[in-house]
Amino acid sequence: MQTDVIVIGGGIVGAACAHALALAGRRVLVLDACRGGATGAGMGHLVVMDDNPAELALSQHSLALWRRLALRLPADCAFTPCGTLWIAADAEEMAAAELKLSRLGEQGIACQLLGSKALAQAEPALRTGLAGALKVSGDSVVYAPNVASWYLAEGGDLIRTEQAEVVAITSGTVCLANGSERYAPQILLANGIHATTLCPELPIRPKKGHLVITDRYPGTVHHQLVELGYVTSAHHSEGPSVAFNLQPRSTGQLLIGSSRQFDTTDMAVEAPMVAQMLQRAASYVPGLADLNAIRCWTGLRAATPDSLPLIGRHPWRESLWLAVGHEGLGVTTAPGTAHLLSAQMTGATPAFDPAPYAAQRFAETLPP
Amino acid sequence: MNPTEILTLQINGHSVSVAARTSVAAALRIADRASAAGTASMGIARRSVSGEMRAPFCGMGICQECRVTIDGQRRLACQTHCETGMVVEYTS
Repeated sequence: MQTDVIVIGGGIVGAACAHALALAGRRVLVLDACRGGATGAGMGHLVVMDDNPAELALSQHSLALWRRLALRLPADCAFTPCGTLWIAADAEEMAAAELKLSRLGEQGIACQLLGSKALAQAEPALRTGLAGALKVSGDSVVYAPNVASWYLAEGGDLIRTEQAEVVAITSGTVCLANGSERYAPQILLANGIHATTLCPELPIRPKKGHLVITDRYPGTVHHQLVELGYVTSAHHSEGPSVAFNLQPRSTGQLLIGSSRQFDTTDMAVEAPMVAQMLQRAASYVPGLADLNAIRCWTGLRAATPDSLPLIGRHPWRESLWLAVGHEGLGVTTAPGTAHLLSAQMTGATPAFDPAPYAAQRFAETLPP
Repeated sequence: MNPTEILTLQINGHSVSVAARTSVAAALRIADRASAAGTASMGIARRSVSGEMRAPFCGMGICQECRVTIDGQRRLACQTHCETGMVVEYTS
């Protein structure tokens, strides 16, 4: 069979793009090295983020697509519309919550402020004395690896997948580690943190993260809980940092995050980072200290300098398209990314402006 | 400690007597063998998310298959020594 598009990377972003291209009638070959990436390592939190208008537009459009997708996803994708509570520890963070409320409210995103008492009622496991929270009702949780598999299977005959490591890309040709080649008029790079091994010019840095998962304790918390310090301070430094981020899984397990470290690709679990992360988490939910953690792992977020992904045509490599650099939002923004890319690659009109995500914005620092 | 010392603990409401320094994982197996149900004498520790039976496997605290509740706390049976009066519970 002829191939119209080769997608490199079968994580959630590559799979969503393959699916969207197949819906547009393209015959897609997905090459996946199966070495595990951010799709499997992340939390699967579907969250509207509003650090800048472009991030808000991409995550909001994606969340709308997720809600439509949810009606069709099989049970093993564990789609759970639990919403997010952005926790405000003090008056300063409550002011940040109010600001966030107005920014999201302007876009018609359902959210409400909870005062100290309402927060304690909604989540009794939280420590007392917190100022309040912003509840974003439409946020959700999924098990991303199974969504990626579902996307690929949904493509039917139009999507073929092959386990293969790509070692080089030239115009229309993909060279594999086993020495063979694959050809297609369009090639899409969607291999996350590994993008720079094929395109060293791309401005992508690793940001390492740790996660811990507990045994099953159903009913401990009901929403995804994230400290507002996550946006106001904790993760804005260049040094290693942690922030409270707690997610109830549909199994009753609790996923505990988060940590950030720059420019390391050492996947080892680092006990001091885990300790710092767990202390932070236990400072918000003291009962966590009595629970049994069963696994701990790390992953690498593929971060660009402005924290927006690279979506669209490569500035100068012929017939190469990009869907990389999603940092911690790849699962959230996979549907929106796929929509923008398939529209651009097939000559259709995207539902929202793709310009802010174009790699062209880094053209001056992308030497051939 | 005298290795022949015998102590008694509770496993799902049944008294089980074992030698001192026996792991809870071993006690689960002893209790299982002694029980009338005799669930294949594997020392069932818990049920998986999909309801399948799980028993101690690696014996060294890695596989996490032997998570049981010991005196109210979720613990690994293979990493815990039996103590007199200990209360062990699991979903059979």
